[in-house]
Amino acid sequence: MNIFGPLWLSVQLALLTTFVLILVGTPVAWWLSQTQTRWKPAIQAVVAMPIVLPPTVLGFYLLILLGPDGAVGSWWVQLTGSALTFSFAGLVIASCVYSLPFAVQPMQAAFESLPRQYLERAWTLGASRLDAFFSIVVPLSVRGFVSGMVLSFAHTLGEFGVVLMVGGNIPGETRVISIAIYDHVESLNYSAAHQMSLILIVFAFVVLAAMFAANRRWLER
Amino acid sequence: MIHLRHKLAKDDFTLDIDVEIPDAGITGVFGESGSGKTTLLRCIAGLEQEEGLPVHKRNVGYVFQEPGLFPHLTVRGNIEYGARRATTHRIDGAPLVDMLGLGDLLDRKPDSLSGGEAQRVAIAAALLRSPDLVLMDEPLASLDRKRKDELLPYFDRLHDELSVPVIYVSHDIEEIGRLCDHLVLLDGGKVAASGDLFEVMSRVDTPVLSGRNAGVVLWATPVDHEDGLTRFDFGDGDIWAPGEYGTGPNSMRLRISAHDVSITRERSAQTTILNVLRAVVEEIHTVDSAVALVRLGVGNQNLLAQVTNRSISRLGLKPGERVFAQVKSVTVRH
Repeated sequence: MNIFGPLWLSVQLALLTTFVLILVGTPVAWWLSQTQTRWKPAIQAVVAMPIVLPPTVLGFYLLILLGPDGAVGSWWVQLTGSALTFSFAGLVIASCVYSLPFAVQPMQAAFESLPRQYLERAWTLGASRLDAFFSIVVPLSVRGFVSGMVLSFAHTLGEFGVVLMVGGNIPGETRVISIAIYDHVESLNYSAAHQMSLILIVFAFVVLAAMFAANRRWLER
Repeated sequence: MIHLRHKLAKDDFTLDIDVEIPDAGITGVFGESGSGKTTLLRCIAGLEQEEGLPVHKRNVGYVFQEPGLFPHLTVRGNIEYGARRATTHRIDGAPLVDMLGLGDLLDRKPDSLSGGEAQRVAIAAALLRSPDLVLMDEPLASLDRKRKDELLPYFDRLHDELSVPVIYVSHDIEEIGRLCDHLVLLDGGKVAASGDLFEVMSRVDTPVLSGRNAGVVLWATPVDHEDGLTRFDFGDGDIWAPGEYGTGPNSMRLRISAHDVSITRERSAQTTILNVLRAVVEEIHTVDSAVALVRLGVGNQNLLAQVTNRSISRLGLKPGERVFAQVKSVTVRH
């Protein structure tokens, strides 16, 4: 029985998802923090939906969307020749949707708390919008980025329902740690379930404690 | 000349400006709250509208009311932020840092600076961007009296040593009278008057400059001291002011408020007022039912006197008449 295989897969999935979410979530969070459109509440609601929806609902629609006949899935089949569902790539896409609000919301809050004058001063000092974003907004929003990354990572690590719906239980491909634990419990292999669960508990504690410690250090500076 | 032409309508306010200002020296923009002073500066900088040249390509320096320094950068980092992005370098960093007294602050973080220090850093940053025009939006307004008095001499030095034109917005006519060479008066989003500072301030018909704000600025040369006072020569007479100012060939600015000037027909010996000057009534303008502003010619300069309409009719004052101006209080600038 391999304990670390599923854990390593989970960590890979969480790291990749976090990476993609910072790339995709940053512009979304920035746009939401700056926009004056009256559609803002509706768009914010769409982004926040994964927080309240049962993972099975999300997983069900992602299964249809990513399936070989779905809008995204059929395009993927044409492009790569293989299906997105029950694959690691499919899991990454599903995780990104599932964890999107956990990346966007802390970043958006950080951007919104920045005084607008910093931006206006940077522009009048000759910085373009992009330059001002990287030289002023990013360094002053580090806490928002760290929170967004840690929350996306942790949330993806604990993902279960969506994986079950979209990814199934293929060792080395989609058998992440939460699925493996479920599997062991189903087959009454409690000692293996214990080992994996304990590893996850310790891991979660260490990650969160490290984040809070880093945040405190950051505050004290 | 710099031609400012800006139109903007937002909510219940309309800005409609079309005015020329000199391309050197400091142009003051004065008006009450809501007259459009800040909006005008923001339009010039491109901060108010989406269309047109983007802000970072306009090459204007902007000093905001609050310094707004970048908290993650040191003073040095803040000062260099604009310089590193400048396309030309007309102003040298080291002398400017000296002039603004920032040498000892360079490695500090903004949160350890006083309001006045932070504003000096903001000014240095704006100037090292080598702008074609510097916009200052009430840079002293967020400071208390003491900090303001600390900062004003730096502005005097900037005025004397820099060639870049500055637009200086303020609702404090004293500040404007001390620092500026040219004056634009704003009222309800429109230009109420514009011209040489001394000329505009001695006008009697501008409602923006009435009441507390009415008064003139004179050029005068300190000649000698006596009894703790300094005697100033302003071409056609003397004015005494408390304090001992260095005598020399350099003229200083004297600010005389209209409500500190009264008019008599005859020179009275029995008065505590030191400064009694021969004057000619040039223009009388009725401000409201009670008071009027009188412009007096004193040599080739002017005084304003705020007097009651009743006094004018009692003395029978008319333009062209010779009178005496009693000046109760003089503030020395520079």
